[in-house]
Amino acid sequence: MFDLTQLTLKAALDGLKSKAFSSEEITRAFVSTIEAANPTLNAYVEITADKAIDMARASDARIASGDAGALEGAPLGIKDLFCTDGVQTTAGSNMLRGFVPPYESTVTANLWRDGAVMLGKLNMDEFAMGSSNETSAFGPVKNPWKSRGSNADLTPGGSSGGSASAVAADLCLAATASDTGGSIRQPAAFTGTVGIKPTYGRASRYGMVAFASSLDQAGPITKTVEDAAILLRSMCSFDVKDSTSLDVETPDWTQSVGQSVKGLRIGVPREYVVEGMPAEIQALWDQGVAWLRDAGCEIVDISLPHTKYALPTYYIVAPAEASSNLARYDGMRFGHRAAEAKSLTDLYETSRAEGFGKEVQRRLTIGAYVLSAGFYDAYYVRALKVRRRIAQDFDDVWGQVDAILTPSTPSAAFALGDKQIDPVTMYLNDVFTVTANLAGLPGISVPAGLDANGLPLGLQVIGKALDEATVFQVGAALEQAAGSVGKPERWW
Amino acid sequence: MAIDAETVRKVAHLARIKTPDDRLEPLARELNGILAWIEQLQEVDVTGVEPMTSNVAQPLRLRDDVVTDGAKVDAVLSNAPKSADGFYVVPKVVE
Repeated sequence: MFDLTQLTLKAALDGLKSKAFSSEEITRAFVSTIEAANPTLNAYVEITADKAIDMARASDARIASGDAGALEGAPLGIKDLFCTDGVQTTAGSNMLRGFVPPYESTVTANLWRDGAVMLGKLNMDEFAMGSSNETSAFGPVKNPWKSRGSNADLTPGGSSGGSASAVAADLCLAATASDTGGSIRQPAAFTGTVGIKPTYGRASRYGMVAFASSLDQAGPITKTVEDAAILLRSMCSFDVKDSTSLDVETPDWTQSVGQSVKGLRIGVPREYVVEGMPAEIQALWDQGVAWLRDAGCEIVDISLPHTKYALPTYYIVAPAEASSNLARYDGMRFGHRAAEAKSLTDLYETSRAEGFGKEVQRRLTIGAYVLSAGFYDAYYVRALKVRRRIAQDFDDVWGQVDAILTPSTPSAAFALGDKQIDPVTMYLNDVFTVTANLAGLPGISVPAGLDANGLPLGLQVIGKALDEATVFQVGAALEQAAGSVGKPERWW
Repeated sequence: MAIDAETVRKVAHLARIKTPDDRLEPLARELNGILAWIEQLQEVDVTGVEPMTSNVAQPLRLRDDVVTDGAKVDAVLSNAPKSADGFYVVPKVVE
């Protein structure tokens, strides 16, 4: 029998529906693949094999009785920042080691409502603060891809590195992820997978471990654009438990996949040509433009003048929000508590010093600094004003274009350990993705080619708020033009 | 605006993160690197621009001010480092 784990989500759902195989069969196939691969790749921090088999059997019963949901029987991986009732949720942090939520996040509850099966919880940068998965308290995830002629372990990107690696290595049909500055799209680009961050407010943040609340948004990492359209639809919903949840319909985005892009106006922002960008990235971008032009799109040269300020703005806004959000980890009601302390303040400070890793501590310190008396206006309020300028840049071009095409990342996957020396170098990974978070816009990364070393590269499509339909439409056109980038050669 | 070790000590205290003395200098260097890079925001003309605090155009919803949940003492305490008789237990602190 062929390997069920290599199916796309769409093909697996079709096979389950037609009873070509059962959910228990495909779930067991994934469990044994994960158990063999995970000691090497480290994509999962927890494998919920027994729960998965139970859920799969329940799915098979619903399929038999004609009661199947939209994701019935499909085994998925869940990023470890979605709270899962009765299953440890750590957000990649020692602070939350052993934390077992007594409730379910809305996003995952939606998946179980639709019949999905949970294989386990996926590794990630600590509290989603990182671009290489190296800040995880559980150790870095390895990218299943390797550079031609080198045996060095590569990063799968971050923060959703476990999600991206698991999808690329067939350790789940698809995975949930989250994106605060690029944490879905950058790992997707590094692993030859598809990742979409929807419009801010589409997916509920209830039960998602918070990093920066005005930026955090859930989305899927999948093998194809169509799979992303299927999974995103289940993840999104209006939710009264999230005050910023949008009370809007969730469309069937699979309708947009495969639709002609003829006549669409595609913006190419000149400010996204960044200093030191490898020629290969520029060539890939040019190729993307050529593909869309050939498909009948009108290519429009546009300007988003405040682009270069997006990352510095992000590195004020996100740490500021994080320092407020993570104040809850005080060692009192949940999370790590230090064994000994001399005073109440000492107990707080020691618990947090022991529970948080270096990068989280660094960002919380920056956050406290930019919010402190005397610096609040100069840093924080100024950043909020620049953020509006960045959002206005997009508003100003939507009259001329329907979507925007950019590279997803300024490079292919780099070796683990390569960029740890300097935080700012690491932050530059998100240079193309962070604007969509600041402006709340949907953005997809689609695998578009391989670099000279055989590593996948991605192109990003950014759309108008709530216009994921066009994003999927253009993303699918790129996917079709690019053809498959292939699979990593199995070494794990 | 360079940060020195003393400022790091103060800010780390604000963030309630115990920072050993030998970490203050390296942390000051890292933070200065990041802040120097952030400094470019000073060039942007933001005259008359309203700070952007939210991506969502809709006003925040209000719900009726009534009890909608509760009676979950065990669930609430299930992750407490220590609890007894339906209460959180924290170390005795005399200051």
